[in-house]
Amino acid sequence: MSETSPLLLRIAQEFGEAVIATHSFRGDDTATVRRESILEVLRFLKETPELGFEMLTDVTAVDYLKYRSTDTPGPAFLAHEFLAREREPQSARFSVVYHLYSLTHNRRIRLKVPVEESDAAVPSATPLWPIADWLEREVWDMFGIKFVGHPDLRRILTYEEFEGHALRKDYPLRKRQPLAPTREGWEWAADQTVSFPKTDRFDAMPPSKRERE
Amino acid sequence: MGLGTFFTTKLEQAVGWARKYSIFQYPFVTACCGMEYMSTACAHYDIDRFGAGLPRFSPRQADVLFVVGTISHKLAPVLKRVYDQMCEPKWVIAFGVCTCTGGFYDDYATVQGIDTIIPVDLYIPGCPPRPETVLQGLMLLQEKIQKEKQQLGI
Repeated sequence: MSETSPLLLRIAQEFGEAVIATHSFRGDDTATVRRESILEVLRFLKETPELGFEMLTDVTAVDYLKYRSTDTPGPAFLAHEFLAREREPQSARFSVVYHLYSLTHNRRIRLKVPVEESDAAVPSATPLWPIADWLEREVWDMFGIKFVGHPDLRRILTYEEFEGHALRKDYPLRKRQPLAPTREGWEWAADQTVSFPKTDRFDAMPPSKRERE
Repeated sequence: MGLGTFFTTKLEQAVGWARKYSIFQYPFVTACCGMEYMSTACAHYDIDRFGAGLPRFSPRQADVLFVVGTISHKLAPVLKRVYDQMCEPKWVIAFGVCTCTGGFYDDYATVQGIDTIIPVDLYIPGCPPRPETVLQGLMLLQEKIQKEKQQLGI
């Protein structure tokens, strides 16, 4: 089913080639925007009175490392692009995703920005919304995407000593980086959870019914 | 049995009895298990019946450390420090599966069982454990306190 969204049409007319693709399904609007223009698009959406997207509800990211364009397209790519642009396969590794909400008009929009791994940086939205400060710190912490112009880009969830970025698809699933000293007998393998010592936990349990009989 | 041994044994029993019925807990509450802890501590289940009614929010005044809820690697040094600040004799209860084993948080952020950091006397499983389970755990800890060799400091 194809739908036409006046909002997306307006953005596409305003920004032309900066809008790579759009998608609308049951009132859920998404626009994929080039990195260079993202701040202008955000400012336009916020400051145009009839659009009035005053609120930045979320900034997050997606890692497409194991996503191949030959796979069955995900929901975002099932969409028709009503501007009849060529559908670009997801070649960039990351997408930074912005969710905006208009309190005045009670509607939402999602913006996506493809970001290459070799140059993982996006202009910061902190001049527009102070809340972008913490949201962008979270994206930096989890995905390692830099935000240019951010006043204080530090880790926010994990600790200073943490190496790597935990939500990247190539971060080992069971890698542990403990901070507190580990008790004697307990070992943290490099990419494993803890290995149990022989005497402490399981051997101290009472024998099972089968073992007793 | 000599008279000296008799007195020491009786003294140990008396001290053990006193210790098990005057538990001052330090509730190290980090997550949803805290709701069950509160439920256990309040009047309906009434942990005060077991002489453990007074939580102390300074580790120096507490003798049982209730670790209630998920412990992340970022928080682990704090837990270790609180444990180190407690005076002997001290006991530790791991309350809920997250503190026992990490629970279903098998991820980069969570300590896979607090016994990798500090020694644990009693594990209370459950996600979260019901107040009845907590009370049973508390009674088992009292049994342990009564039975163990008392450090009398003499």
